[in-house]
Amino acid sequence: MKAYVSQLRTELQLTLRNGEQLLLTLGIPVLLLAFFSLVDVLPTETDDPVDFLAPGILALAVMSTAMVSLGIGTGFERSYHVLKRLGTTPLGRPRLIAAKITSVVAVELIQFAVLIPVAYALGWSPASPNWLAAVGAVVTGTLAFAGIGLTLAGRLRGEINLAAQNGLYLVLLLLGGMIIPFGKLPGGLRSAAHVLPSGALADVLRDALAGAGTDPTQSWLILAAWAVVAPALAARLFRWDA
Amino acid sequence: MEVTGLTVRYGDLTAVADVSFSAAAGEVTAVLGPNGAGKTSTIEVCEGYRRAADGTVRVLGMDPATDQRRLSSRMGVMLQEGGVYPSARVLDTVRHYCALYGKGADAAALVDLVGLTSRAKGTWRRLSGGEQQRLSLALALAAVPEVAFLDEPTAGVDVNGRATIREIIRGLADQGCAVVLATHELDEAERLTDRVVIFDGGQVVADGTLAELRRGHDEIRFRSSPDLDLTALARATGVVASQVGADEYVIDAPPLPKLMAQLTGWLADQGHELTDLRAGAQRLEDVFRRLTAERAAEAGAGGDAAS
Repeated sequence: MKAYVSQLRTELQLTLRNGEQLLLTLGIPVLLLAFFSLVDVLPTETDDPVDFLAPGILALAVMSTAMVSLGIGTGFERSYHVLKRLGTTPLGRPRLIAAKITSVVAVELIQFAVLIPVAYALGWSPASPNWLAAVGAVVTGTLAFAGIGLTLAGRLRGEINLAAQNGLYLVLLLLGGMIIPFGKLPGGLRSAAHVLPSGALADVLRDALAGAGTDPTQSWLILAAWAVVAPALAARLFRWDA
Repeated sequence: MEVTGLTVRYGDLTAVADVSFSAAAGEVTAVLGPNGAGKTSTIEVCEGYRRAADGTVRVLGMDPATDQRRLSSRMGVMLQEGGVYPSARVLDTVRHYCALYGKGADAAALVDLVGLTSRAKGTWRRLSGGEQQRLSLALALAAVPEVAFLDEPTAGVDVNGRATIREIIRGLADQGCAVVLATHELDEAERLTDRVVIFDGGQVVADGTLAELRRGHDEIRFRSSPDLDLTALARATGVVASQVGADEYVIDAPPLPKLMAQLTGWLADQGHELTDLRAGAQRLEDVFRRLTAERAAEAGAGGDAAS
């Protein structure tokens, strides 16, 4: 237990001390939420843009922490032989993974503790939010994005992994229905966007928190499939040392 | 630690072939060899990090492949590559490793022991190469180890730092730890080790104490003018000298008083200076070169025969 707690403390210390990680996990989501809620330039098709943006930005927060932050951090740990070194201690892989999962969840809680009040302050007023479904979506999305992040981190060199994670973040942000509605994407791209994990998570979160009026079953199935396949792929492909 | 008939393969490549040696508690065993000789692969199997294709390894009576978890709590490891996150602070990192091992080691005392107290709040990336090595050693010591695998512990460390690290490693062995040291720095190994295992081409080419490896290989090494007439010197002394540097010569013979008198007398008669003179057992570097050269010659002869 002591080893797990110490590893968790180290994971959190390194994440919270890293300016780039803070910008990615908190700065960008808060900025996007505030800016596009106050400056009504996005074709959100809602009376108040924040009603569309808030669930999408929560999905973005999950993606930035579970995929990009975890993936970049773990990729560099692999490149710098930190994982190899930890592998020679009594910590063991199960406790290392448990510490990383707990760290991701802790950062997500901090994100939600900041983003949800900011959204309310900007005028977000979800009619009858299903918080339980939202929590389920966040957990499933976290598994899916962590699997994708760790698959890249476990195979690519540190700098290439950094570029790949950031590039993927941008693509999933733009195509994922987080800030731009699926309906505004061109036909072919729209179909592809729906099967992306970001699109599926934004969809189910929007349904849970804003009652989007669409049947979220397909998005739940897509998100669940990502949550099973991506971690399985990471477990299969991950290399512990560079 | 007992390694018996160890073979390590990477696909079709055999990195280590049928290697056997041991390292005893209370001793420093140096594992030496050129790059790609199989040292790191062997040590990684002993640490439980890599699987053997064949052979058996026992560390503290355990099989590292199946008992890695139990073994890791009694084993200290120092990686050549460091293995520390660049933004991690010195004291935080040592404290973290002390907690991982749970042996009650005092982090601040370890930082002090390796001479990094003034850098305790600095991050890994701000440390010099030598300071990074010292921090890495402190992490190995956090295990309060019964067996320690130290990879290049003095690489990039300044003269004073080297003396500190030698003292720490010697102290570790004196407390009963089996220290296995992989290094390219033969001078350091010579000052520290009780036993030497030399790898070459994935095999052990020598295994013994320094005295055993040097036995029968005394030499006289001296520096003089760059243009000595070695034929005339051979006529005067009865032994053949070979030129190993611009002004450095070696005679493979025991430093008997008569021979030393003949050598210095001849140099004086010929009007040559004697700028340096060392006589006695071969240096570890010479033992290493001789053994690896012998193996290369055997491999060459084998190759010729085959062709």
